[in-house]
Amino acid sequence: MENIIEIEDLHFSYKGDSETPDVEVLKGIDLTIKKGEFVAVLGHNGSGKSTLAKHINAILLPTKGKVLVDGIDTADEDKLFQLRQKAGMVFQNPDNQIVSSIVEEDVAFALENLGVPYEEMRRRVDESLKAVNMYDYRLHSPSQLSGGQKQRIAIAGVIAMQPECIILDEPTAMLDPQGRKEVMSTIMRMNREQGITIVLITHYMDEAAKCGRVVVMDKGRVVLDDTPRKVFSHVEQVKEIGLDVPQVTELAWELRRAGYDVPDDIITEEECVEAIKKLF
Amino acid sequence: MAILETQELTYTYSQGSPFEKTAVDHVNLKIEEGEMVGVMGHTGSGKSTLIQHFNGLLKPTSGKVLLEGRDIWENKDKIRDVRFQVGLVFQYPEYQIFEETVYKDIAFGPKNMGLDEAEIKRRVLETAHDIGLKEELLDRSPFELSGGQKRRVAIAGVMAMEPKVLILDEPTAGLDPAGRDKIISHIKTYHERTKNTILIVSHSMEDIAGFADKILVMSKAKLFCYDETKKVFARSEEISEIGLDVPQITKVFMELKKQGLDFGKEVYTVGYAKDLLIRQLKGREVR
Repeated sequence: MENIIEIEDLHFSYKGDSETPDVEVLKGIDLTIKKGEFVAVLGHNGSGKSTLAKHINAILLPTKGKVLVDGIDTADEDKLFQLRQKAGMVFQNPDNQIVSSIVEEDVAFALENLGVPYEEMRRRVDESLKAVNMYDYRLHSPSQLSGGQKQRIAIAGVIAMQPECIILDEPTAMLDPQGRKEVMSTIMRMNREQGITIVLITHYMDEAAKCGRVVVMDKGRVVLDDTPRKVFSHVEQVKEIGLDVPQVTELAWELRRAGYDVPDDIITEEECVEAIKKLF
Repeated sequence: MAILETQELTYTYSQGSPFEKTAVDHVNLKIEEGEMVGVMGHTGSGKSTLIQHFNGLLKPTSGKVLLEGRDIWENKDKIRDVRFQVGLVFQYPEYQIFEETVYKDIAFGPKNMGLDEAEIKRRVLETAHDIGLKEELLDRSPFELSGGQKRRVAIAGVMAMEPKVLILDEPTAGLDPAGRDKIISHIKTYHERTKNTILIVSHSMEDIAGFADKILVMSKAKLFCYDETKKVFARSEEISEIGLDVPQITKVFMELKKQGLDFGKEVYTVGYAKDLLIRQLKGREVR
């Protein structure tokens, strides 16, 4: 399949000043993501994962190396609008990304800026709100919504741009379990039904376990890149860089270390239940 | 005697208006001195409204809040003293930092209490130590610190008032797994030194399992339960039904039980699950 995101030898440094030296946050990242993939990016705070995400829609530009989105170089200023239409971004704090006092106006904001004709805009706003199950709230004030609902409004605003790919930077970090579930199922549906490529930055291992592919970052480099099953089977390495593995994976690993015959690639509750039953 | 007690505590927002909503409904609760309590409930369950009563930020619509047996609203001019005795750390407390140095920020609360310089210094140093802030950081501007460090400064600021009851509203929100563990272990250090009562609000039963002696669960404005951790986990099924997340490992053992493999114990940490399974397996080998 076609590549939607191509990152070649990406380096990025935050500029220092006369007193402080430059800080290199990304130290040579090579990563390609295919159209329609659902990729989780894991890493502890300071690993560079958010910095990487910000390169995909040109919020940051490489110090060295290249980022291409659907063939467009993010450094090409003339194509910035086109690029941001292809790659939409959702941030962590739901309160920081809502601009209007009515839900549907918020979703329409970017379309209005792009000068999309009224009929088309109406259609896209309605469809986006239905896609995130927030259509019934179209005339509400965002201030009356829960965190999970606000995040879904933010996602609707991105979908209305008909992007090829959505990058979500810890979209569930500030939400309660209910809100997390709502947002996760929305993202998974977008991926499955509309074929939108998803790059999900997260701290939650259970979320990563649901993705097709997991990229683990540490100290500005990609250290693991595989299916969640394979990535989490490196229990020791994952723990060493300050991340968790799902509890069921950890239990299986502990049992295996104690000499019991348990598969090393358990990531779901069902698999764990089966493995324990086999022991007894 | 209970350090904190509520009697028929009820709070109604916008009473008398069309938006009237009872957020806390006849809650009776006794929290004993020195306990480490996990507070759970999904958004809208009333848990935040409840904890805001404990230091008098909200006044009950009806019912009472007792601190060491005395109604905190008995004399409303004394409510400031209550706030020194019951410290509340809000969500994302790092946004409330404002002083020039870490030392001054932590000293802000104790200073307001009218303590002398020597006592303020002792408290700043001790809490900084508990929360894992190195002494050389104390002269730095808090704004130069990392997010996790800033949060610890903000928490230390409330701890330094040495409140009899310390309440933290989701102190680990937005942190990575290592950051979450670190904050919790520092709070434990403080708890061990001061033996003060601590309430921690968290969405993660997994996190709570790691520190709480008791768990308080709110649901639909009512007290769902307040009991020892293992007894609350014994009701995992019901807790799951009221929309809270039980740990993955607990779900596995619930499912095993359903399928006829009952270990007769509540399992809520990986370490315990491992020990339990290995013990059982070894027992079988012997037989």
